This record gives sequence, structure tokens and C-alpha cells, in this order.
Amino acid sequence: MKPKFGVVVFPGSNCDYDAYYAVKKVLGYEAEFLWHKEKELKGSDVIILPGGFSYGDYLRTGSIARFSPIMDSVYSFAENGGAVIGICNGFQILLEIGLLPGVMIQNESLKFVCKDSYLSVQTTNSIFSKDIGKSVIKIPIKHGEGNYYTDDETLKNLEKNDQILFKYCTIDGKIAPEANPNGALLNIAGIMNKRKNVMGMMPHPENACDPILSKTDGTLIFNSLAKNIF
Amino acid sequence: MFKATVIVKRRTTIVDPQGKAVEQGAKLLGFNNIRKTRIGKYIEFFVDTMDKDLAEKEVKEYSEKLLSNPIMEDFEFTLEEVK
Repeated sequence: MKPKFGVVVFPGSNCDYDAYYAVKKVLGYEAEFLWHKEKELKGSDVIILPGGFSYGDYLRTGSIARFSPIMDSVYSFAENGGAVIGICNGFQILLEIGLLPGVMIQNESLKFVCKDSYLSVQTTNSIFSKDIGKSVIKIPIKHGEGNYYTDDETLKNLEKNDQILFKYCTIDGKIAPEANPNGALLNIAGIMNKRKNVMGMMPHPENACDPILSKTDGTLIFNSLAKNIF
Repeated sequence: MFKATVIVKRRTTIVDPQGKAVEQGAKLLGFNNIRKTRIGKYIEFFVDTMDKDLAEKEVKEYSEKLLSNPIMEDFEFTLEEVK
């Protein structure tokens, strides 16, 4: 059975079409856009909160989008075990709404970073990563506020509960300061909730699906999810 | 009616890359005594009620729920009655 992806569109989302294109046109899954003012998830099996600059990133990234009508439905969907992926700005929204712990602050360098990044897959114990089949994947990043921060206790719990999914690493998988593009604690690039049905990541897997872009490791994440969701 | 001013500050335990960068500018300008620059937000608005308790409650909730993120920020506010 093929899952249906619902891609939420906020005012200021700009990776919504990329995500839709990747899962529907490249990977052949069903997909539908969900306007932020709607409440209906239209039978989606997976919700994608896409990248972009929802509400202009005013106040704090993701802070206003979390109050969009659709987010009540997304929150309940997640609480009931539904699969949710937040990419970049979508990750920031998941943090603001409290489906994932922590916050994002500005990149340590204060620069917007746009480049390919290498991610060390930290756990295969999740629908998102069970069938990735590689320990290092190449996925691009493009963000100004990807510096993941949280308190020590939350960080310890993330580690203890196997909730850290991706860490920035070198091409050969070394998790080193020089591979950290934004100053994120422990090189964190992606995390999950405790139940492992909600995942947020700063890198953009939807921009690493179509072979024309010369990298396809993003397909591993979407395909792992599709394979293990039901 | 009340005029509310809210100041949102990043917690001192959290690094403030903007503040650090601005402080580098201070050094370039020759201000060698400037320390610990931190950048916050100043937000002002009016609360259309005569009930000060209600105004305080609304400003507090607005600040907690939207204007600040309690994980990384603290806020303080003042209310001033205006005609």
C-alpha cells in the first residue's frame, strides 16, 4: 500500500512544491497540498511541514505558523501516532508547537548556509530510518537558523531514548566540529519525538530525490517511511 | 486603554550570535569597554480595556504564548494607562 503525503502550505512556505514534486513525481506516492487555513488532512498518511519562511519568520521562526488552523489537526494527528516530517522551517514549527523538544537559534556564523551536508544516521530504530541502508547520507541544507539548542536534561533524554536521528558529519562519517554548519548542539541535524512518529530535520531530503540534481539520498528517507508506515 | 511595552530577552545561559557579532562592530569602532552585548526584542501595543487586571492577564498570556519562547527567552512588561 502506498502512503498519501499531505504537504502543508503556509504563507511563506517555499519548499512545498519541492516536497510535493519529490514524493509524487519522483517517487510515485500520492500527495496533496493542505492549505494552512483548512482543518482537514484529507486522508493523509504522512504530513510534511515544508521549508520556507512561514509568516516571514517574524518574531521567531515557526512561531506564528504553529497557530494556523491546520496545526490543530496536525497536532492531534501526531498525538494519535500519525507520521509527521518537519523539514527546515517545518522542523522549527514542530519545535514551537512542542511536538519536538528544543529551539533553533541563529547559525553561529550568522550566515545563511546553503550547501550539501553529510549526515550520520544515528539510529535505524524508526520508520524514517529503518531502511535507509547507509550510515552516511548526503542531503543539502539551506538555512539561517539551524543552530539546535536545548537544556542539558532534554539533551540527555534525547540520547537516552534514541531520539537523535541525524548528526552532521564529514564525508567519511566523523562527527566533528568542522562538519557542524551552524553550531547545533552535538552536531544535531534531525531528531524525533519519543514515540518516533514525528521527525524534524534541517537538511532538505526533498531536494535530494530527483537524479537530475545529482544526489538521491533523500529518497532513502521517504522510501523507508513508505515501507514501514503501515 | 493601556499601552503595553514588552521586552523579550534571550536567557543569559544561551549564546547570542547576534550580540556577539554586534560587539565585534563595537571593537572595530574602538569601544574597548563594551562587554556582553545581547540583543532582545521591544514590542509595544495597546490593550483596549479599562480593567487593569484583565490587561495584565492578557499581556502576560500573549507574552508567554507567542511573543517569547520560554525555552530560550524571558520577558518583562509595563502597562501605562492612556486616554
